[in-house]
Amino acid sequence: MTELSYTEPKPKVIAGSVDDWELVVGMEVHAQVKSDSKLFSGASTQFGAEPNSNVSLVDAAMPGMLPVINEYCVEQAVRTGLGLQADINLFSQFDRKNYFYPDLPQGYQISQLYHPIVGEGEILVDMEPGVARKVRVERIHLEQDAGKSIHDMDPEMSFVDLNRTGVALMEIVSRPDIRGPEEAAEYVRKLRQILRYLDTCDGNMQEGSMRADVNVSVCKKGQYEKFRETGDFSHLGTRCEIKNMNSMRFIQAAIDYEARRQIAILEDGGSIDQETRLYDPTKGETRSMRSKEEAHDYRYFPCPDLLPLTIEQEWVDRIRAGLPELPDEKKARFVTDYKMTEYDAGVLTAETANATFFEEVAKGRDGKQAANWVINDLFGRLNKEGLSVDATPVGAAQLGSILDLIAKGDISGKIAKDLFEIVWAEGGNPAEIVEARGMRQVTDTGAIEAAVEEVIAANPDKASNAVQKPSMAGWFVGQVMKATGGKANPKAVNEIVRAKLGI
Amino acid sequence: MSIDKDTARRVAHLARIEVAEDALEGLAAELSGILGFMEQLMEVDVDGVEPMTSVTPLDLPRRADQVTDGNKQADILRNAPDAREGFFAVPKVVE
Amino acid sequence: MADLQKMTIATARDALRKGDFTSLELTESYLDASSSAAALNAYIAHTPDLARDQAKAADARISSGDAPSMCGIPLGIKDLFCTRDVQTQAASAILEGFRPPYESTTTQQLWDAGAVMLGKLNMDEFAMGSSNETSTYGPAVSPWRRADGGNTDLTPGGSSGGSASAVSADLCVAATGTDTGGSIRQPAAFTGIVGVKPTYGRVSRWGIVAFASSLDQAGPMTKTVRDAAIMLEAMAGHDPKDSTSAPMPVPDFEAALTGDIRGKTIGIPKEYRLEGMPQEIETLWADGTAMLRDAGARIVDISLPHTKYALPAYYVIAPAEASSNLARYDGVRYGHRATLSQGEGVTEMYERTRAEGFGKEVQRRIMIGAYVLSAGYYDAYYKRAQKVRTLIKQDFERVFADGIDAILTPATPSASFGIGEMADADPIKMYLNDVFTVTVNLAGLPGISVPTGLDSQGLPLGLQLIGQPWGEAEMLNTAYALEKAAGFAHYAPKWW
Repeated sequence: MTELSYTEPKPKVIAGSVDDWELVVGMEVHAQVKSDSKLFSGASTQFGAEPNSNVSLVDAAMPGMLPVINEYCVEQAVRTGLGLQADINLFSQFDRKNYFYPDLPQGYQISQLYHPIVGEGEILVDMEPGVARKVRVERIHLEQDAGKSIHDMDPEMSFVDLNRTGVALMEIVSRPDIRGPEEAAEYVRKLRQILRYLDTCDGNMQEGSMRADVNVSVCKKGQYEKFRETGDFSHLGTRCEIKNMNSMRFIQAAIDYEARRQIAILEDGGSIDQETRLYDPTKGETRSMRSKEEAHDYRYFPCPDLLPLTIEQEWVDRIRAGLPELPDEKKARFVTDYKMTEYDAGVLTAETANATFFEEVAKGRDGKQAANWVINDLFGRLNKEGLSVDATPVGAAQLGSILDLIAKGDISGKIAKDLFEIVWAEGGNPAEIVEARGMRQVTDTGAIEAAVEEVIAANPDKASNAVQKPSMAGWFVGQVMKATGGKANPKAVNEIVRAKLGI
Repeated sequence: MSIDKDTARRVAHLARIEVAEDALEGLAAELSGILGFMEQLMEVDVDGVEPMTSVTPLDLPRRADQVTDGNKQADILRNAPDAREGFFAVPKVVE
Repeated sequence: MADLQKMTIATARDALRKGDFTSLELTESYLDASSSAAALNAYIAHTPDLARDQAKAADARISSGDAPSMCGIPLGIKDLFCTRDVQTQAASAILEGFRPPYESTTTQQLWDAGAVMLGKLNMDEFAMGSSNETSTYGPAVSPWRRADGGNTDLTPGGSSGGSASAVSADLCVAATGTDTGGSIRQPAAFTGIVGVKPTYGRVSRWGIVAFASSLDQAGPMTKTVRDAAIMLEAMAGHDPKDSTSAPMPVPDFEAALTGDIRGKTIGIPKEYRLEGMPQEIETLWADGTAMLRDAGARIVDISLPHTKYALPAYYVIAPAEASSNLARYDGVRYGHRATLSQGEGVTEMYERTRAEGFGKEVQRRIMIGAYVLSAGYYDAYYKRAQKVRTLIKQDFERVFADGIDAILTPATPSASFGIGEMADADPIKMYLNDVFTVTVNLAGLPGISVPTGLDSQGLPLGLQLIGQPWGEAEMLNTAYALEKAAGFAHYAPKWW
């Protein structure tokens, strides 16, 4: 595999009134596992169903109900681990995390505290071409999602829907290696991209398929390096956890706010309370969570309804063999194989669907030209219309055919743009459209010569001036193009104009 | 290990069981007695012993990812003390 | 018509097959008996309509020649088993009005085999207790009385007290029980019946209200060892809905009852000889040992050195699991919800609901469980107890590896006691009832209680046999030999 080389981004520095401060951020991302049924029950994971309809007796924690694990969810966690170059633990175990909440029917969440299924891995967070940071992943564990409490349907009551209860989540826990708000957003973006490549999470943040708890602290310059040397967290300052963020923009804003809040307190001689906070996007502030004020004591212990989970190396190897090409690999390959910039490669590999589309267009054609067309013409247009590549009106075969027409010299670049518009609006086979609408460019030199001679004959003054001033040739080319309805091959016209004018 | 009144209060709250203030002393004494009985465990040499996680040496069975359950809203809600419009209703939760 | 009382599963089965009487007749007879025994408080719900429907269906099966052993047999079901559309409360006020929209795997297997449900049986609340006194329905009462001429109500034991009382008083042919620390074997011993706690994983736990998941097993409570074999076979089997259920074939337990135990090695653990144990228990144990020796078994003194720590380990592990298992009783989805005052919120709802819904003993165990799992105490209590549990299991593994086939111990440290007699005692004193039985649950082994004698007051006493993992067939056969030798054939004189 080709690897690109990177330099590390600089940590974000915030100037306080006294000192400069650096940021330290760690993330716990909860990613909903893409599966048909729930982690421990056979109810559907489908989003948006009638309340309490995708609920089994197990999910509702009816007396005597017992969990049975969904093998595919385990496979998805293993796949995710492999995609993050992480260690897969052949022995793992489920623990109960005990707390009371109306949308937690069992009174405990089945999770993995002591023996998670996935160990140490890493994520390369790209900041700009040539600049990226390897963020270490501490662990990934499988756990149950909670249900949903709705607080705004009644003035006195909260309403509970258990449809989401028991859906499998992967909690992906990073080391505190993220050094600024932008990096944090990029970390989530990259993680989302990898999960979507692996097809282990749909990454739909609006629907809550990915949510992040963000740990933020601030420290003086040099402290982070001390932490990396010693592993001693005390160098990093006291952290606050901002819960349940599901937008990259808000993550960025919340971290920035929270860091400044902490700096102000510290410079004022105060100290930071380790606590859980919520981000209020309308105010742009974080605030302490009242209900979480009391110290939580989750009383974790191994879930006695489940035996330890032992998986086979052979199974892991088979999952590994089936892994798709991942973003970093694909990007490096695009840069090498298609001679494109890292930036373009980044755009084209943002989503598997984009990359696949591009490669279909580029196959057997000029990669660089294909990249330009895909990025500028197609993606630009899709973006404007708010469409994804799956919904493109111009298919890869159609776009490829347009590129072929240019390559063959049947149409000019300019005509190609018109052709693209026609295909976008009406569909159809580009080659047939060119024929049917007489868009083929004129390469018959006789016809072009006649047209050139006609223009020269009509403008003798300009023709004689052009001998002194060769840039006048452009004017003649324009006239000829106009006379031929744009269909003349501009290169041929240019050559003939120059020859006839004697320049 | 003896449990004082504050610990008894904390444990009762952790277990979400309302205990009247004047019953806390008694509760503390009772819990202390039981814990005293458990103190015997401290005599046992458990060095190098693995805590038991499953008494039967079986592999965790795994099921296929198939939707086999659900669509029983009526069954789910029928025993509820307060169900409205397809939801369970509880006193308002403040975050 | 034949005498329909004092039926065993085996005799009823044979008579039903011969056509001596119908299941409906048998069922009516037991419905009569069970509905006129209010003084025993063994049943907390009667299901006569369901019983008659099931009996008729059983009769149809029998006459068509498709009659498994349990077909047409009237049973009582412990209230811990979820039974579809039939009140199921685990004898707790917190499950007030709960009617499960589902049936436990085990009871479903019994119904599939043609058995008939007479009703639900009393028990200690959430199976926490040894005397049935923690039930929200009040205690079940033993049909047995002391020979002192008094009429003190005695406990049938617990937690499966209603089951023991009902089987012993012949209010059903047999009953289901569950056993977390002795809840089948102790009441069986108190009431002169047979009770089996199977190997952990032998019987599905799906649909049985959980007390302590790693210890709970359901089993039969019957009048004879043969009945226990027949009924266990119907209850047992792999259930994919229970991850701890073992994918093991279920042997023909009844066929294993040859009574021939020649050459078998029976271990007598010295640690079960407790200081201050009543002489009657000593004698019972010695007599039982002699019976097995006379039947041709080899008797070997063995040591299970960590026995002493089983009870404290059990009383850490069981409450810890219970504190978590019982968190679901929160007033949100089923059962009792406390009435709140203006301005009270969800925390008050939880705390008051659980204070009103759970009895004192259950509350105590939930709180102990929460404490031993809480930050700073987990390692000292819970984790240590699980390590001790490993040592206890290893004790058994060692003696079985040394060639021991089964272990003989007393089932209980005393005969039944009077209801209310322990009311003022320290809870620990009640816990001591389980001293001989908890080791079996901690090690996941099968155990059986067999009635072998009476104490000086004429109350039943039982011995316990502990088998090898998955060795129920052999254990039952040894119990069968013991039963034959002991010849216990006592019924409590009817006073209720």
